Amino acid sequence: MAAPCVFCGAAASYRLFLGGRVSLSRKQGVWKAAAAELQTGTGFQILRLRHTTGVTTKKNIAALRHEAYTVDFIKKQIEEFNIGKRHLANMMGEDPETFTQEDIDRAIAYLFPSGLFEKQARPIMKHPEQIFPKQRAIQWGEDGRPFHFLFYTGKQSYYSLMHEAYGKLLEAEKHQNQLQAKGLFSEKTKTKDLIGSRWLIKEELEEMLVEKLSDQDYAQFIRLLERLLTLHCGAKEEFVQRFRRSITVQSKKQLIEALQYDEQGTAFSTSEGKRKSAKAEAVVYEHGSGKININGIDYLLYFPVTQDREQLMFPFHFLDRLGKHDATCTVSGGGRSSQAGAIRLALARALCSFITEEEVEWMRQAGLLTADPRVRERKKPGQEGARRKFTWKKR
Amino acid sequence: MLKRMTRLVSGARQLDPGRLLHGGPQAPQSLAAHPDNQVPDGSPRAVSCTSEGDPVRTFNEACLMVRRPALELLRYLKNTNFAHPAVRYVLYGEKGTGKTLSLCHVIHFCAKQDWLILHIPDAHLWVKNCRDLLQSTYNKQRFDQPVEASSWLKNFKTANERFLSQIKVQEKYVWNKRESTEKGRPLGEVVEQGLTRVRNATDAVGIVLKELKSQSRLGAFRLLVAVDGVNALWGRTTLKREDKSPVAPEELALVHSVRKMVRNDWHGGAIVLTLSQTGSLFKPRKAYLPQELLGKEGFDALDPFIPILVSNYSPKEFESCIQYYLENSWLQHEKAHTEEGKKELLFLSNANPGQLERLCAYL
Repeated sequence: MAAPCVFCGAAASYRLFLGGRVSLSRKQGVWKAAAAELQTGTGFQILRLRHTTGVTTKKNIAALRHEAYTVDFIKKQIEEFNIGKRHLANMMGEDPETFTQEDIDRAIAYLFPSGLFEKQARPIMKHPEQIFPKQRAIQWGEDGRPFHFLFYTGKQSYYSLMHEAYGKLLEAEKHQNQLQAKGLFSEKTKTKDLIGSRWLIKEELEEMLVEKLSDQDYAQFIRLLERLLTLHCGAKEEFVQRFRRSITVQSKKQLIEALQYDEQGTAFSTSEGKRKSAKAEAVVYEHGSGKININGIDYLLYFPVTQDREQLMFPFHFLDRLGKHDATCTVSGGGRSSQAGAIRLALARALCSFITEEEVEWMRQAGLLTADPRVRERKKPGQEGARRKFTWKKR
Repeated sequence: MLKRMTRLVSGARQLDPGRLLHGGPQAPQSLAAHPDNQVPDGSPRAVSCTSEGDPVRTFNEACLMVRRPALELLRYLKNTNFAHPAVRYVLYGEKGTGKTLSLCHVIHFCAKQDWLILHIPDAHLWVKNCRDLLQSTYNKQRFDQPVEASSWLKNFKTANERFLSQIKVQEKYVWNKRESTEKGRPLGEVVEQGLTRVRNATDAVGIVLKELKSQSRLGAFRLLVAVDGVNALWGRTTLKREDKSPVAPEELALVHSVRKMVRNDWHGGAIVLTLSQTGSLFKPRKAYLPQELLGKEGFDALDPFIPILVSNYSPKEFESCIQYYLENSWLQHEKAHTEEGKKELLFLSNANPGQLERLCAYL
């Protein structure tokens, strides 16, 4: 059978086809289905209509050894996954047609509850594309000749991508020169597309190209893309947008408590904080003279150590509101220092209701609104403590 | 030394609360030390050791802040009627609020007015960590503390030199086979005897107290009894006998004599007492009320008394304290001059004088 020859040069996605040779069925060439979504530059292949007598070169055996999953295997996994998804939907009493990945995750967490701390160690059920690592197809044919013209560079997809991007750059420059010659050139800056998005990180690019990159390669590529962006050419935007990911604005996630009003009409706000095993709840009143009561005791007597009082001072001092608020707190559990940390978090969260959004963002960046995730590490068997090993004796 | 104090008093000073009173020999500002106001300023302190943070040497002067509780006490003292039995005033308050220094202020005032001062710097020292306890010669059940008694006699001597020659003993006291003090001899001799014969020091103290008490009603002088940490007299001790059984405070002769002194069965003077949790034994840290610190026995013994609460600094007092530190260049931090710096200090110390002093110590 003759498969179509496709060559590089056009900005279209390519499909990988199995080599049409008879002998290949023996060799079990592996093509991965997801590679179909790979970018330009990786999708071509020159097929030769050559008859081979089943000579296997050493290269192919070596390549075979690295390939763990055949395409059939992956396809079978996908079918099984789909069937399993429908079974799961039936089990949960939901509609199999509209059963999304989130529903799957929820169902698995419900059916197989796990107490493990490491989230990646818990049971998962995901599409095989996400589970099985992407693999590279065999890059050369039966005769040993590589398909890609840049194969001998070692990083063929990367260099072909760079080649394509540079080609686009040259085109854009030519276009711009033409416009300038005609006098239709206008200075338009279109930087608004870039806000709220970021370049791909190196790991993501590696994943896209299924190739290892070095830091310098990555930096070079990003520089090239940025240079392309400066040329203001509309046709290239989609090309560039492929390499940008959007970022969510962090500060919107902050929960601001509502103000409450007590009998006299003074506003106050309540919130909680935790640190290690201490839990604290703080009520901050709007007008006051800087007195803080903890469990009914003045903070000077409750925390005789200056370090703890400095922790309490931090939120107020940061916002320059040292003598302006009164606070009443209750705290339980933990030790001296963790109680101070818990109260500090509770105070900072309570103060959020009295200040502007910008100041909330500053507090978040200062780390006042983040709960300290450090807890006591468990002691492991065979060791004396969490990290300390037993004394090593030579004999 | 008293001459010096009279020289300082020459101008009539208006004492406003919050203003710093530049006084003569005054106690150091750290409350942990023995506030020793009998030693003259500038001379080598051979009498008792003070803590390292001694502002007298640091600032080359000794200053006190005039505060409301002290002024109140002074007003009462000025209006005392010496025909009535001695009134007891008890200064109480949270830790570090300035009770001891208020006491020193009162002592200074009375010294200027030429009262006879009977000052016990810290009664807690008598009930803990004593090396040697001798069985008392006077009363077999009680114990003597020669070291503490002799040091106290030394202080007493330097404080009240003038009176020691004036007051005459009214009985004959026999110390041992060879020595005795005749009736009519000046009190100074008893003190000397106590200092030279350390074994009899406790008895000498007892005699001094008894004489002063009986003679104060005659009106030749006015007596001020000032005890710091009076809750030690009714608490527990950490002292043990040779057979490891604990000693109760009543069995200490010094404590016994001071208890007699603090009873208000004499007139012609005043009694000013301070409670202190800092040196107290077996009492929780947060206790500051007279009831808690004195216990039932002590409370009953001291009842009735006039309680005076000493609290943290008011904003004005805090300001003046900071100003004092700034003037003497004690605060070296750049931010100490600014408003934010002062607010920080205020928050961290919560206007507690002791805390503020400790904070400023390394600024």
